[in-house]
Amino acid sequence: MTDLPILSIVTFLPLVGALITFLIWEDSEIARRNVRYVALFTTIVTFLVSLSIWFNFDNSRSDFQLVEKLGWIEQGGISYHLGVDGISMLFVILTTFLMPFCILASWESVEKRIREYMIAFLILETLMIGVFCSLDIVLFYVFFEAGLIPMFLIISVWGGARRVYASLKFFLYTLLGSVLMLLAIMAMYWQAGTTDIPALLAYNFPASMQTWLWIAFFASFAVKMPMWPVHTWLPDAHVEAPTAGSVILAAILLKMGGYGFLRFSLPMFPLASADMQNFVFVLSLIAIIYTSLVALMQEDIKKLIAYSSVAHMGYVTMGIFTANAHGIQGGIFQMLAHGLVSGALFLCVGVVYDRMHTREIAAYGGLVNNMPKYAVAFLIFTMANVGLPGTAGFVGEFLTLLGAFQANTWVAFFATTGVILSAAYALWLYRRVVFGTLDKEALKSMLDLSTREKWILYPLIVLVIYFGVNPGPVFDVTQASVDNLINNYQAAIDGAVQAASAANN
Amino acid sequence: MLHLIVFLPLLGFLIAGLFGKQIGDKASEYVTSGFLVIAALLSWVNFFGFWLGGAEPFTVQVFNWMTIGNFAVDWAFRVDTLTAVMLIVVNTVSSLVHIYSIGYMSHDPHRPRFFAYLSLFTFAMLMLVTSDNLIQMFFGWEGVGLASYLLIGFWFKKPSANAAAIKAFVVNRVGDFGFALGICGVFVMFDSVNLDVIFANAASFASDSSEAQSRVVLTFLGYDLARDSALTIICLLLFMGAMGKSAQFLLHTWLPDAMEGPTPVSALIHAATMVTAGVFLVARMSPIFELSQTALTVVTLFGATTAFFAATVGLVQNDIKRVIAYSTCSQLGYMFAALGVGAYGAGIFHLFTHAFFKALLFLGAGAVIHAVSDEQDMRKMGGLRTHIPRTYWMMIIGTVALTGLGIPGTIIGTAGFFSKDAIIESLYVGQNAFAGYAFWLTVIAALFTSFYSWRLIFMTFHGKPRASADVMSHVHESPNVMLVPLYILAAGALLAGIIFYTQFIGSHHEPGHLDPHYTDFWRNALFLGADNKILENFHNVPLLVKWAPFIMMALGFITAWWFYIKSPSMPVELARQHPGLYQFLLNKWYFDEIYDFLFVRPAMRIGHFLWKKGDGRIIDGLGPDGISARVLDVTRGVVKLQSGYLYHYAFAMLIGAALLITYMLFPGVR
Repeated sequence: MTDLPILSIVTFLPLVGALITFLIWEDSEIARRNVRYVALFTTIVTFLVSLSIWFNFDNSRSDFQLVEKLGWIEQGGISYHLGVDGISMLFVILTTFLMPFCILASWESVEKRIREYMIAFLILETLMIGVFCSLDIVLFYVFFEAGLIPMFLIISVWGGARRVYASLKFFLYTLLGSVLMLLAIMAMYWQAGTTDIPALLAYNFPASMQTWLWIAFFASFAVKMPMWPVHTWLPDAHVEAPTAGSVILAAILLKMGGYGFLRFSLPMFPLASADMQNFVFVLSLIAIIYTSLVALMQEDIKKLIAYSSVAHMGYVTMGIFTANAHGIQGGIFQMLAHGLVSGALFLCVGVVYDRMHTREIAAYGGLVNNMPKYAVAFLIFTMANVGLPGTAGFVGEFLTLLGAFQANTWVAFFATTGVILSAAYALWLYRRVVFGTLDKEALKSMLDLSTREKWILYPLIVLVIYFGVNPGPVFDVTQASVDNLINNYQAAIDGAVQAASAANN
Repeated sequence: MLHLIVFLPLLGFLIAGLFGKQIGDKASEYVTSGFLVIAALLSWVNFFGFWLGGAEPFTVQVFNWMTIGNFAVDWAFRVDTLTAVMLIVVNTVSSLVHIYSIGYMSHDPHRPRFFAYLSLFTFAMLMLVTSDNLIQMFFGWEGVGLASYLLIGFWFKKPSANAAAIKAFVVNRVGDFGFALGICGVFVMFDSVNLDVIFANAASFASDSSEAQSRVVLTFLGYDLARDSALTIICLLLFMGAMGKSAQFLLHTWLPDAMEGPTPVSALIHAATMVTAGVFLVARMSPIFELSQTALTVVTLFGATTAFFAATVGLVQNDIKRVIAYSTCSQLGYMFAALGVGAYGAGIFHLFTHAFFKALLFLGAGAVIHAVSDEQDMRKMGGLRTHIPRTYWMMIIGTVALTGLGIPGTIIGTAGFFSKDAIIESLYVGQNAFAGYAFWLTVIAALFTSFYSWRLIFMTFHGKPRASADVMSHVHESPNVMLVPLYILAAGALLAGIIFYTQFIGSHHEPGHLDPHYTDFWRNALFLGADNKILENFHNVPLLVKWAPFIMMALGFITAWWFYIKSPSMPVELARQHPGLYQFLLNKWYFDEIYDFLFVRPAMRIGHFLWKKGDGRIIDGLGPDGISARVLDVTRGVVKLQSGYLYHYAFAMLIGAALLITYMLFPGVR
């Protein structure tokens, strides 16, 4: 089993599915059905195969596992190099796990160009998995940037009314970041003479250079995250994207920013990270408080959840840059939990959007009367979003706060105000959509969850509660790699301090 | 056994919640109630072990929750006397409320959901009181908050109920803000969130050298804190959580509104159990609170202020449930005041007795509301005594227990007599700076308590009926399923004091030698610092202090009688003469209005401003919109490109990648 190139198989299986979909030329009802089933089948198989990654993963090791390496561009030393460690492995699983739900969520809601739609999603899956598996920085860059193209298409072709504006915004923001990151990658190659990530992790970049590289990478990841003030593309992109697009955007694409911080910024540029710690804290806090307040006033369900995502990602960046075990583990957990919870929330929005074709909060009200099952599911995800203990949302949020408290109590103090604000906006949303009397005529004919929708939401409920009560399996995976990361980070900082004091003497 | 006590309610919740539709209303009611009765009986068995047999405290591990480095948290049950007491309080009241609700909610179409929520609440509350670490306690803490939210908003069609539910949750979150930071602080200081470890470390502090005491252990908001100040900060943060949950002054605003929920909920959650969680927290953390006199002083200050404030508001309310709600708020203040002077036994004893008589009063009020066709305004009641005599007598028992009827100097009295008098006496001998303040405020509050309680009785049951003839013709006594829980609670309200006071607060404390009944009962569950002499002193108070509560009670009774029986025009006249004061009290000191003005509206205004101006005008305006406008200008001017922006993007990326690769392919360029 272990001899098989599992990572390559998982990465490129969706591409095979995309190819098969591509070959279904016809445009009949049967052909469309086949397209849907091929896509669903591909994503399910990919998920099942990806489980073998977890199965073969050795929790006690902190280095890269299941490594595959082939020469690619010999002269430049660029190789096709894949592997996962405790930080990246679960993101792969999260991606493959959520894809079948996305396909299911698009089952009926997407009508035009279903074939192209599914192809875009399957290619996107390959590219996303590739990001988390790449162990060569050029390969990483290719996956990282190419992933935007299918997402861009999904928004601009299958999106809502203002899709052109949204995709333009998406484009402008990401362009800024990726150009800088590309320059940084070139500089790193020039300095270290390799593009191999494990080699770069071991390489000590001079302090003066770290700051510039850190800023360049930060520009790219901060946009992805998104951090304040480069977050405004997200609400628009979410609003215009189809349901499944929002799910992927919130659950996976945003996590690439956090993953990038953990894979590059922190371990490769530890000195710069330490210098920039307060800067990141301030941006994170602004994100938490500012966007929570903005979320409070939203009139569009998706926009509200999008803003709440920005606030939650604020906890992640805060946690990561505390550079202690609680903060980083919490940050990773928060990303995974947010992947499930925000994905589920967007799926919940999709359920009512499919029926009413509006996202206006004011258009809803009293849904509990005729959609009790929906009300329960939405309540559980809302509570998870609020960070209620016993749901997955709590564990990450609390750990990042604990980490922040140890790094700087001011940060923890302001970040904790987020727990008040999140309760306010989330419960108010829930109250306006679900509670109250059912007196809008259009809503009265709405039916409760269909079987397909139950299949989408119920597994997520189970996981959100399971990982809230027993997050152990996740921490078992991440522990060794995170400890290793922190030790190296600390060693680099200590080394710099010693060097500085030696220089003074 | 502990597993059964804690998990039976969870099981009941799952059965009624998931399969309520399938198994039907009746089955849901019986299953949840039956499980709760079993849990309650087992809790009493467990309690008898501590009460009679001197059972040892023990911990039951369930499984590991999370371990990140030194941050290790288990799901576990830690049972000592304090937990055993809380278990009987929670499960007894909860099982009675379940049974009562079978009658009270019999016309509601959503009964399985209601019983599921009640059981969920009970489960969360049990997790809270049995926790062996602060994180599990926080789980229970937020879990009861969730159940409270769901139950307050149970009638989801009422906008007022929805608003009250959100308010309860959000105000509690304000308290949790402090609690969460407090937990972080505890972790930094003690390197653990496990209670046993915390207490063991706290105990070792006393013998530390002065050098260890002055070392900086916590930097909070820019201040470097040595041990004592750090402990004070941590205790105050934890107390902030307690203030939210127990509706103490400044964070009390949610409790009166919470009366929007069905009345059994008010009895269970907003009188007997959840709101006492804050008292439990402070008592549970007594080993660290005892190390900070400053924190304890603050606890006394807030407790006494709440006791007084809530009692003044209770004087003029007209909604029968709101009177009792403010009474609850006020009594919680008594408990905190007692904890603040180190009289933990008295505080917990009052928690214990209060659970009986306040649940009794609420359930009695529910029976009244039921009888008068869901009317809650006491101005539309009156003269019900002869129509519902059993309910009337139960309410009388609740009232005498609340007002603390008893003969000072003897052991004859109702439950409240023992516990409330013990608190007032403790406050008299208390050492901290606000003990005197607290003593006077609680004595005055005792007067108010008596007044508003009897006012409630007189307005509801005496005088001429003020309800419409139609309503009066429907007035009926409640069914036995509702009355029997009242009888049981009434027995508790009358007898809990006499039976348990020697164990809870001790009867004969000598200097240097505490009553063995007390020490054998509590053991280390309630910690007393070396300087805490409250127990030795509180029985030795002047006669007048012992009689003060009694005198106040009598005065309150007489005034109420004068106002509402003898000359009913008096209160109206008084309100007319002092309109300012009357409005001030009627509007609850205008707290809701002030908070709305200070917090709610500004938050919304700022949110709106940041959205439209911050995100819209500034960030988008200067960033993408501005740039794209310029880009569009340029492209329009140059040539009309047929491609979309996607191609620009792909192009940019490809050029970039090509450059990079080219660069690498030709090492000579370097």
